[in-house]
Amino acid sequence: MRKSLLALAAGLLLAGSVSAASAADKLKVGFIYLGPIGDLGWTYQHDLARQALVKELGDKIETTYLENVPEGPDAERAIEQLVRAGNKLIFTTSFGYMDPTLKVAKKYPNVHFEHSTGYKRDKNMSTYSAKWYQGRYIQGLIAAKMSKSGVLGYIGSFPIPEVVSGINATILAAQTINPNIKVKIIWANTWFDPGKEADAAKALIDQGADVIMQHTDSPAAMQIASERGKLAFGQDSEMIKFGPTTQLTSILDTWGPYYIARVKAELDGTWKSEDTWGGLDSHMFAMAPYTNMPDDVKKLAEDAQAAITAGKLHPFKCPVVGQDSKPVECKGGANLDDGQILGMNFYVKGIDDKLPGK
Amino acid sequence: MELVEAIILAVLAASTPLLIAAAGELVTERSGVLNLGVEGMMIVGAACGFAGAWLTGSIFIGALFGIVAGTMMSLVFALMALGLAVNQVATGLALTILGVGLSGLIGAGFVGERITPALHLYIPGLTEIPLVGRVLFGEDAFVCFSLALVVGVWWFLYRTRQGLILRACGDNHVSAHALGYPVLRIRTIAVMFGGACAGLAGAYLPLAYTPFFIPGMTAGRGWIALALVVFSSWRPGRLVVGAYLFGAVTILQLHAQGWGVGVPSQFMSALPYLATVFVLVLLSRARTGGSTAPAALGTVFVPDR
Repeated sequence: MRKSLLALAAGLLLAGSVSAASAADKLKVGFIYLGPIGDLGWTYQHDLARQALVKELGDKIETTYLENVPEGPDAERAIEQLVRAGNKLIFTTSFGYMDPTLKVAKKYPNVHFEHSTGYKRDKNMSTYSAKWYQGRYIQGLIAAKMSKSGVLGYIGSFPIPEVVSGINATILAAQTINPNIKVKIIWANTWFDPGKEADAAKALIDQGADVIMQHTDSPAAMQIASERGKLAFGQDSEMIKFGPTTQLTSILDTWGPYYIARVKAELDGTWKSEDTWGGLDSHMFAMAPYTNMPDDVKKLAEDAQAAITAGKLHPFKCPVVGQDSKPVECKGGANLDDGQILGMNFYVKGIDDKLPGK
Repeated sequence: MELVEAIILAVLAASTPLLIAAAGELVTERSGVLNLGVEGMMIVGAACGFAGAWLTGSIFIGALFGIVAGTMMSLVFALMALGLAVNQVATGLALTILGVGLSGLIGAGFVGERITPALHLYIPGLTEIPLVGRVLFGEDAFVCFSLALVVGVWWFLYRTRQGLILRACGDNHVSAHALGYPVLRIRTIAVMFGGACAGLAGAYLPLAYTPFFIPGMTAGRGWIALALVVFSSWRPGRLVVGAYLFGAVTILQLHAQGWGVGVPSQFMSALPYLATVFVLVLLSRARTGGSTAPAALGTVFVPDR
């Protein structure tokens, strides 16, 4: 509904753009969102970044966003709509917009595109993502310290490399604290279904897990953990409101600095197609305050965060041992290289489960 | 044993919104009207239900808000599809799109707020019965109500004169009209009942299931309820079987993943749909061996005066 209203508004903007001379001075920046801006997770964080952008450069730019845009052919139409409305820099903020963005980018070589979490680029299409596995590693340390049962519960969305590398980083970290740590993994096969996420959290807790981690988007799992007196980690955004005595920390997506840098480049005329994969050192994400844990665990987490930020600690330090007990080929020298992490499709030793599709 | 009880409780919670929404849609469809807007009515019910509970602090008033909101949405449908005789499929789909947008608008101010969820019942004596006590008398009131609702719907459809008239409208509106029954008025009431149930089912989500509101939180449950009505061949008894089977397989596949049974999770996620369709199709084949849809389902009726 709001989407179609916006689309209508975008159409009107187009019709009025010839006469609106004042608006033409401002750079138009467009955003395509997967969910509603109020999802308290993925899309919410992207919109916070857009607001930061407006606050910083509001006198020079004008932003438009389309929310609830499904991945697939519909996205192509939505992206094109933003192009026709005069947007010169367009951020498409979900993996599934990859091919639609590329298609529109080829059609409009004078418009610049920024695609989040994908791997296809072009002269006028950049990609950007964050090394969340670094944050997962810190969570793994905390989880192993805080778990009394020695069983962690992990709710996955889809078995894609980003999620799998997160699980592996968590377990590798946890094993440094407790070599016998167990993890139970449930795939929700959705990014967003509060009811199902809650059911998965219930199932994990009923099976003995006492620290819940999630790679799905809603705070439902946090709330179930809170209800049952267990501990949990948030996802994408600050979820402490849903578990004041439950949340240990949360990986916060902080796209703001990146968006501001890219828009500045566009304004200066220095924008060029790039592949950005930033970690804690480049502030592509941040850790929420470490709460509900004793001081020694907090210190452990903070030290690990500092070491990762400084480049002294790498979650995938070789040797990384696969489930078949054989070390994985070490392409990055001392650690796995980016390509291996970006394409990770195996579980490390110690995960007592089978990766779907393997 | 504790685990079994925990699983059963989770199944009850997961099945209840489906059962409530599907019971309402069953009555609507039995009167000959196909309202595909269940998802839209549910999500508006969820937003208004949460708003009501948050503003007043009462789960009961929240549920009432949900019911009223769902009914209002269904009146929009009734106005278009019955009053103006617009195509029902198109109107229903439009109602869902409207509902999704409207709920985001209504709920925008409530995102991130918390409420105390519906309390679980405690009936001295009954809830303490070993094994069955907590399952039958220990969930929230919505669960008990949903079962009473289905029994009520069955009683109404098969044991009352009004129910017979409603079914007549659904099977042959021309005859029902010729006999002097106000077909459009009866259908409007059936549509409103469907809307009220969908609104309540939607309200159940933020009031009891996951006590917060997020746009899109129904996540397709309205569509599942619609499918359940069809696959139960429009019979309340089978609807209960279907809803609980769907809920049970949904929960069990999550547990199976936790146990690490080694079946691809993508298949496990599809299992509730496959199992429910399979069982309900078998049931309807075994008994009647043919279509049992209300004969006038989805057709436009304009009375000649």
